Amino acid sequence: MPNIESLDPRIRRIDLEKNPEHVVLNIMENWETYEVFHQRKRGEHHVHVGIVHAANPEMALVFAKEQYGRRLKCANMWVTQSSNIYSFHYDDEDMFETTPEKTYREAGGFKVRDKINKFKKENAPK
Amino acid sequence: MYGGGYIFSEPSDKDQKDHIDDPVKLQEFEARIDAGEKIEPHDWMPFEYRKQLIRLIEQHAHSEVIGALPEGTWITRAPGFKRKLVLIAKVQDEMGHAQLLYSAAETLGKSREAMINDLLSGKSKYSNVFNYPAKTWADVTVIGFLIDAAAIVNQVANAKGSYGPYCRALERICYEESFHLKQGHDAFIALAVGTKAQKDMLQDALNRWWRPIIHFFGPSDKASVHGEKLMRWKVKMASNDDMRNQFLDMYVPKILELGITIPDPNLKKNESTGRWEFSDPDWNEFKRVINGDGPCNAERLAVRKFAEESNRWVRNALLKQTMKQTIPYA
Ligand SMILES: [Fe+2]
Ligand SMILES: [Fe+2]
Repeated sequence: MPNIESLDPRIRRIDLEKNPEHVVLNIMENWETYEVFHQRKRGEHHVHVGIVHAANPEMALVFAKEQYGRRLKCANMWVTQSSNIYSFHYDDEDMFETTPEKTYREAGGFKVRDKINKFKKENAPK
Repeated sequence: MYGGGYIFSEPSDKDQKDHIDDPVKLQEFEARIDAGEKIEPHDWMPFEYRKQLIRLIEQHAHSEVIGALPEGTWITRAPGFKRKLVLIAKVQDEMGHAQLLYSAAETLGKSREAMINDLLSGKSKYSNVFNYPAKTWADVTVIGFLIDAAAIVNQVANAKGSYGPYCRALERICYEESFHLKQGHDAFIALAVGTKAQKDMLQDALNRWWRPIIHFFGPSDKASVHGEKLMRWKVKMASNDDMRNQFLDMYVPKILELGITIPDPNLKKNESTGRWEFSDPDWNEFKRVINGDGPCNAERLAVRKFAEESNRWVRNALLKQTMKQTIPYA
């Protein structure tokens, strides 16, 4: 271990020489991951913003507040374990391909003005 | 349909040796990138893409953790209540950046524990600049202003890359970095327009940090074949030289206008090429420091080891046998 002359008085006070030579974390030592959903203000949707590592849901909420709620507005947050999320596979993305073509489901898919104008013109008193 | 718990594994060099990507899938993948679409965690991706992204994002995360150490040194001695509040906020942001980046790398199949282990063992690197000490308060202002500025140039470029989770993390990071830069500039100016002692302290700090700043973007990578592939896949968005040039364009005038000088008599912009020219920054020193022989490498890793080791009992006390490793959706 090389001699360490830290500029930080707090670091000088701890005995770094006592560090074991190899420090190795075990898998799962950082617990599980929770997905975080942030609601900016009442009336809006909760939006996924990322994850935190936590040992339980309460801790996940505390970390979520620190990580995703320390700036700007926040009304509420949800967390859920990543393993609770179910999703489609991107390989199946093509099942949505024709959705934008279904104009019969859209208000804009119905053009009535022309017909009305034509009707009015034809039936106008001579 | 997928539930959480989908596990990829980090590619190793051993797997790489005889790995050949499916040519049809590779073509689809490249077409997606050409179309400007993002790649998401569960997508098929070339072996090398996954490996290089893990390496890049992981090192970025380590840089955030280690980068907070020289600044953290000054929290107890920041001049005045406001500067102290600001510095605490900035250091917390940097830790937050590390967590966002670790999460993005985790989606590629490497656990956070494995990344931290590679940092502690020295296998994985972090930004070279943080192996230099912050000797005075002026060093903190140089870091907050110019190192953060350099990081922003890099992060803004990478935010336009192809990997969805990394882009999303960088978007939030860049937003917070704009505060880092602004507070750094403010603190830098306060010294530059202050007393003679303050001005001298700032000049001395800049003199010591100039070379590490030039090193920040790394040696020229124009010629490397490897670099070309990473640019093709939008893992790397700009060459080291281009990013350095952009940084010099933006920040040299901001230093000079305050009457602070730059300790390189050869630094000047070649107006016909648009490129900055500067003295050889000694890339051997860069290599030496990155490989462990800098003034603070040992301290940085020792402090991280101490933190992991002395807090382990808390983590273990909360550990439950039923916990399962999952890949986050970040
Ligand atoms: Fe950062
Ligand atoms: Fe920053």
